[in-house]
Parts: sequence; C-alpha cells; structure tokens
Amino acid sequence: MQTAIKTESLTKTFGEFTAVNAITFEVKEGEIFGFLGANGAGKTTAIKMLIGLSRPTSGEAKVAGFDVYKEAELIKQNIGYMSQKFSLYEDLTVYQNIRFYGGIYGLKRKQIKEKSAQIIETLGLTEQAHKVVGSLPQGWKQRLAFAISGVHDPKIIFMDEPTGGVDPATRRQFWEMIYQTANNGTTIFVTTHYMDEAEYCNRISIMVDGRIDAMGTPRDLKTQFEAESMDEVFVKLVRGK
Amino acid sequence: MNRLLYIVQKEFIQILRNRTLLPLMTVVPIVQMIVLSFAADNEVKNVNIAIVNQNHSMYARQLIEKINAADRFRLVDLPPSAKQADALMQDGSADIILTIPSAFETDFYRNKSAKIQLLVNAINGQQATVGASYLAAIIQSFNNEIRAEAAPQFVVQRVNPVPRINIESSYWYNEELDYKHFMIPGIMGELVTILVMLLTAMNIVREREVGTIEQINVTPIKKWQFILGKMIPFLFIGLMLLTVGLTAGKLLFDVPMRGNLAVVFAYCVVDISAVLGLGLFISNLSDTQQQAMFTTFFFVIIFILMSGLFTPIESMPQWAQYLTIPNPIAHFVNVMRSVLLKGSGFADVAYNFQATAIMAVVFNVMAVWSYRKVN
Repeated sequence: MQTAIKTESLTKTFGEFTAVNAITFEVKEGEIFGFLGANGAGKTTAIKMLIGLSRPTSGEAKVAGFDVYKEAELIKQNIGYMSQKFSLYEDLTVYQNIRFYGGIYGLKRKQIKEKSAQIIETLGLTEQAHKVVGSLPQGWKQRLAFAISGVHDPKIIFMDEPTGGVDPATRRQFWEMIYQTANNGTTIFVTTHYMDEAEYCNRISIMVDGRIDAMGTPRDLKTQFEAESMDEVFVKLVRGK
Repeated sequence: MNRLLYIVQKEFIQILRNRTLLPLMTVVPIVQMIVLSFAADNEVKNVNIAIVNQNHSMYARQLIEKINAADRFRLVDLPPSAKQADALMQDGSADIILTIPSAFETDFYRNKSAKIQLLVNAINGQQATVGASYLAAIIQSFNNEIRAEAAPQFVVQRVNPVPRINIESSYWYNEELDYKHFMIPGIMGELVTILVMLLTAMNIVREREVGTIEQINVTPIKKWQFILGKMIPFLFIGLMLLTVGLTAGKLLFDVPMRGNLAVVFAYCVVDISAVLGLGLFISNLSDTQQQAMFTTFFFVIIFILMSGLFTPIESMPQWAQYLTIPNPIAHFVNVMRSVLLKGSGFADVAYNFQATAIMAVVFNVMAVWSYRKVN
C-alpha cells in the first residue's frame, strides 16, 4: 500500500501558543483515518496545514506525494475538502454548485455533465436539481457538500467535522457514503469528536492539547486502554492529563 | 481560462438572483440623478432680505420696490429698527439686511452722495457674495436712474457721451447656463464609481463571512483568475449603469452629448477597473461586511467631496489639488463634462486616461497581493 499522507514533527504556533505540537503520522492509501480530539485540541489547524490553507511553522508533511511547503497548489488538485462550516453557495441550485466546483477544478464540460448526473442520481436529488441549495434540509446539504468535495475524483478527501449538527440517521447515511468512496480507493481523512463515529474508522489518532497521544485501530486502542468503548478510551486519555 | 469563465458565470447567476441588487442598479441611479440634479444647484435664488427704511422718502420707496421686483430676492420684512432687523438675521429668516439711513435723500441732494448699509450673513460664503453682488447691481442701476433724473448735466453728457467699455459675455458649452447640464454628467460618473466600488467591496468579504472562500482556497484556482472572475461581472454592471444614466440624462434633461460616446465608455472601463481593484482590496482586508462598508465610505466621501463635482478643483488649496490626482471620481467627472458638454476627444482627456490607468494597475496589484490563499 502506498502512503497518502505522511507528516514528521509538523508544528504550528500562533505567537506563544502552540496549536499543533510536532505531530508525526502516516496514512495509507484507501484508508479511513479518524482524527479525534476535544474542541480546541488542534484538529482543524492540523487539517488546514495539510490542505494548504495554513503554512506550517516547522516540520515536514507530504500529501498525495507533494510537499506542503513547495507544492501546495499541486496538492490542491489532488485533494477534496469539506469544512465544518457549510460551504456550498446557498443561492445557487444543486446543479449550478456542481458545475461551478467542477469548473474551477478544471473538469471538461462533458465530465461536468456526467459528474452532475451521477451525483444527482446517487443522492436522489433529481427533483431538487434545479432548486437553490438553501432550500434543502441540512442533511441533504451535507451529503451534497461531500459529493461535491469529490467532484474531481481526488486521491484524498479531508473532512473537518462533517457531521456537525446532523441527526443520527443522516449521520449513518453519511458514513455509508464515506465507505463507498473509500471502497473506490479514495483516502478519507476525517476529524470528529463523536466517539461512535471513531468506531467506523480503520485507524484513528487522538489529539490532546496539540499532541497526538494515541494512535491505532479502534480495537488496539480499546485493548491498550482497557476500555469497553472509544468513549472510555477518550475519557481516560483526557482525564489522565 | 475555462476556470475564469466558470467564476464569471457563477457571479452573474448570483447577481441576477439577488432581488435587492437589480433595482439598486437601475432605479436608484435614475432617482439619484433626478434628485441630485435639482437639489445640488449652486444658483442663488430666493435671497431673503429685510430692509430697514429710516428715510421714507420717494427715492427710498422706489429702491425698495425695485428690489422687491427682482425675482432673486424675497422681501421678508420691513422692520422699523436695526435691532429688530438683527434679530431677523439671528433667527435665520433674513440673509441680507439693507439699511436706508434717515439722511438718505437729503445727503443725496446736498452732498451729491448718499450712503446705505448692507449687512450680509456670510455663513454660507457663496450665497452671501452672490446675493450681495446681485443687490449691488440693482442698487447701481437704481443709482444711474436717479442720477440722470436729479442731475441734468448727465443728460447733457448722454448727447455727447464719453467712451465706455461694454462687456458682452457669451457662455460657451452651456449657452443657457443650465445648471443641470453641468451637474448630470458629473453625477453619472460619481454614481457609477460609487456603486461599483461598494458592490465589489462587499463581495469577497461576503464569501468570507459565509465560509465559501475557504472552499475556493482549497481548489487549485490561481489568484488572478479569482480576482478577474470577480471583476468582469462588475465591469458589465458599471457599463450598464452608465448606459442607463446616459439614456435617462438624454431623455429627461436633454443633456448635450457633443463628443464621442465611445471615449466616455472607454474611460468608464478604465475607471471601473481601478475602482474594482480598490474595492476588492478593501474586501480582502476586511473580516466582516460591516468593516468593508465603513472603509468604503471613508474613501467614497473623500472621493466625492474632492472630485470637483460640487466645488471646483481649481479653487482648492494646492495640496488638496494634488490629492485629486489619485481620485477616480475626479477624473470621471472631468471626462464626462469635457466629452459631453465640450465635445472633447480622446487626446483632450488623455491625462485622465493615464492617471486612471496607473491607478487601475496599482489597485489591482494590491488586490491580487492582498488575496491570500494561505494563512
């Protein structure tokens, strides 16, 4: 298996404050990698360094084989990103959003047509295709945002708390979509603070105060911390401080 | 290149879907043009005058009648004492107090010279000087009449007149001195500039507030593609505004259009490019739409007040005249007036083109530079 993401002592400081403290990890191609941590643990900052929105203070990182310092724009062509803030245009229709993002990723007109037909069908949005996104229910918006983050068939999709504010049923559907995408060979890098979601991941890392304190498969971690659930693992880790 | 087109397409869809923006771009400019051109009128009419007549002679009465008959003046009162007249000036109901002293007629006959007093409220400097000079002209002509009447030797002179210089003025480019023809072209330039600047300043910062900018920043889009994609739709809006404005000016006010309109439109493209750059620069530096709005107002107010639209640039102090060089509205106002009223060609306004083109380059470099994909 190839390496999708590899970091070495990746660090980000804001003045005196160290948001991300020398994190080192590796994600394999096709893996669903869960990036866990409490609010403010540094997950979002870490993800922003990897996708080229924030310049690291020190350390090394390669994403899809490209260096985050020198080849940020090449990384961008090869990754998809879904932020915790909903980021489609609410005043554009479903179809117009797909076309716009497809267009700025440089897809050909024909590819855009095919992609939008495919996305609209998979999500069951045929009737809503020409309605503005603002009028859709939250759960549908999130799933559309995820589909659009993969409009250019990226190697890796980064998700920053994608299921915030979504009901459990929709969260399940959402994870089914993630599994499907991962089965097609796409690497998924997802941050969350829902511990039940952590169980869905192939491998997880848990961040506490900017450091990665634990990493492994959910089963390994439960054995290591003698815990019944990921919830317990997490509580033990954070309390142990 | 294609990426650029997708941004332009998206911006157009968003602009056309926005229900407040379209009327803002069509109705508002026409309404402003109509209101401003009638209101922003420097002609001095309706000067309120109070006359203290302490003489009650025939001449004094004739003078009062003459002033009262002039349509520039409104005789508000004939207070019996100077003290009451002062009160009228104090409470704002009189702009000028004319006092005819009790010795007026006697002095005129005996000393061949009579004195009257003019008190002018000079808070509004222009109103005061213009009003006072109108009044002086009336008194002068009255003076000539009564001199002819009272001193026959002047009549003798008229038979064998002394040579005199007569001034015949002819007003070029605006023969009828129609104030609206002077104001409307300038107001059009001002409106186009302001509206475009405000719309662009609000644009990128709105994407930042909504969060879509982050999604754009993780795409491989180039900075210049993004900025240019934002600019092109607003350039069209600006040109549309100008077209609406020119049409309304022609139909409603019959504003002359002596020069080549192509020069006006060409200048408009350069001007809007400059203003767009500044607007996007402001937008990039702002975190919220509110910040962007206030920053824009700061520039807009300086631009308008120092544009030569309401007060001539030539009468500003030298340092202020230099400040009008980096002012797109000042150049636009000048181009509009020169081309429409004087029929100036491209060569005559080349300076305005040059100055604005430099601004366009500087502002747009600033806009691209300040747009950060990476923190």
